[in-house]
Amino acid sequence: MLSYIIRRLAIAVPTLILVSIFVFTLQKLLPGDPALIMAGEDRDPAAIEFVREKYHLSEPIPVQYFYWVKGVLQGDLGVSLRTSQPVLGLIAHKLPVTIQLAIMALVIAFVIGVPAGILSAVKKGTVIDYAANIVALSGLSVPNFWLGIMLILLVSVNLGWLPASGYESPFVDPLRSLETMIMPAFVLGTSLAATLMRHTRSAMLGVMKADYVRTARAKGVRELAVILKHAFRNALLPVVTLSALLFGELLGGAVLTEQIFTIPGFGKLIVDAVFTRDYAVVQGVILCAAAGVILVNLVADVLYFLVNPRMRATL
Amino acid sequence: MSAITEAALPVAGAQRSGSRAWKKLKANRSALVGFVMVAFFVAVALLAPVLPIDDPAATSWSAVRKAPSLAHLMGTDEIGRDVFSRMIWGARASLIAGVISVVMAVALGVPFGLIAGYFGGWIDQVISRVTDAMLAMPFLILAIALAAFLGPSLTNAMIAIGLSAMPIFIRLTRGQVLSVKTEDYVEGARAVGLTDFAIILRYILPNVFAPVLVQATLTIATAIILEAALSFLGLGQQPPAPSWGSMLNVAKNFLTQAPWMAWWPGAAIFLVVLGFNLLGDGLRDALDPRET
Repeated sequence: MLSYIIRRLAIAVPTLILVSIFVFTLQKLLPGDPALIMAGEDRDPAAIEFVREKYHLSEPIPVQYFYWVKGVLQGDLGVSLRTSQPVLGLIAHKLPVTIQLAIMALVIAFVIGVPAGILSAVKKGTVIDYAANIVALSGLSVPNFWLGIMLILLVSVNLGWLPASGYESPFVDPLRSLETMIMPAFVLGTSLAATLMRHTRSAMLGVMKADYVRTARAKGVRELAVILKHAFRNALLPVVTLSALLFGELLGGAVLTEQIFTIPGFGKLIVDAVFTRDYAVVQGVILCAAAGVILVNLVADVLYFLVNPRMRATL
Repeated sequence: MSAITEAALPVAGAQRSGSRAWKKLKANRSALVGFVMVAFFVAVALLAPVLPIDDPAATSWSAVRKAPSLAHLMGTDEIGRDVFSRMIWGARASLIAGVISVVMAVALGVPFGLIAGYFGGWIDQVISRVTDAMLAMPFLILAIALAAFLGPSLTNAMIAIGLSAMPIFIRLTRGQVLSVKTEDYVEGARAVGLTDFAIILRYILPNVFAPVLVQATLTIATAIILEAALSFLGLGQQPPAPSWGSMLNVAKNFLTQAPWMAWWPGAAIFLVVLGFNLLGDGLRDALDPRET
């Protein structure tokens, strides 16, 4: 058990180091003097000097990297050149909004995707299966930023049911928060629901052929109980693990969704930073996103290991 | 001598399974629909210069934000350009970006995957860890960051998409190589003294081809969405050149006055992506030897 976790960590750590090297190298892609560019368009000599000092730009590149990583490990992701706020603080401030959006999207994706997947597997080869597959494929193919715009057009502009933008914290006004987030969460959840439906379907098709399902049927267990208790329980595990792998996709999708619905989250932060050439913020956001993905995958792997009796037996 | 007869076997087998795959693909209705959809958009993109349509860049102040009509089938945009001709020219940006970025990802990813899988050891460790690191960065966020640091343009968007898609092909190829490298015919080829390069080229690569083709088709779908997303954010195709993503970006500011500006580009992205997804799924079913 412990050895598995250690082995898994031993892979995660070099991955994280490589990500940090990559994120650091990004600023070397900037043409010309990075201090000039990163200090912004005003060419304020004080700002240029600050950047040069901050990133140790007169030192050799490996030394610069060392200083940068040292700062990152101490929680110093640099300072936003626009607002002079520490990047870590900015991210910590925006992250809860994106997490709320992501959780709501996941819930919607599960509520739609999993039952659809079960139904489609149980009714394999019928019109229901065919229709569910077409809907899922459409969900995977529709660009979510367009879906968002179309929903705004229909629900907000034409029907006037929900606000097209804005954000309210659920701790201040839960109802208003739900009102502003339900549409974005649906938009973000669509492609996830489609992916979950396809995974659930294939996992269910796999277990429906298993001996214990045949045994249960032979014993005279009611079909619904066979499907839900015997088959679905066993199909659920790979589906849940797979959804951990979708975490990165969720973060990426959130960038666009937040942009369309003007939600002040993590994704809006990176897009705004790109346009204000606030490179320290861009770097900070990718680093945090990648660290989040690595962490979620690590936890998912360990959990999978813990709950899967067959893997425990190999100890 | 025996090596030659042995060598002939898998190749002949591959040809047989190739024609069987083609038959299966033709019989697969959704793959056929996908193929027709993709072919339609490719034809439109190729024929854009000769089609009898308005100049996509010609502005007209007397025809600003006009609803669809016979004169302008899809209406006009905020500076009076014909949306229909911009849609047709926009197909070029989408398809070119989708195909070129995936070609780039395959051209870089497959060799790295072959090397990692075939040679193993420390070189595999290095390539695999770099792949893990790249996969840890969300596709879109990585592409946004690359496009931001490289500067916004369609070329840079393609480079960003290609680089972010590359690890998928490294991992896929590596896995495929690992599964065939212990096959008897590979061992045999090694025993008769074929060089590593010859073995990879003649015995490993053909086995990698089918899954890479399937994945490439599906990745083109993702790449087209990604290009549209980057252009939507202003990081891809730069105005005034037409692209579906940047058309949507402008359209979202005129939702109440000119909703048609938002209908068409999104619908086109949806249809072309659906086409590639259907085709990719169909190819997978046709090329998967496990399915009968």
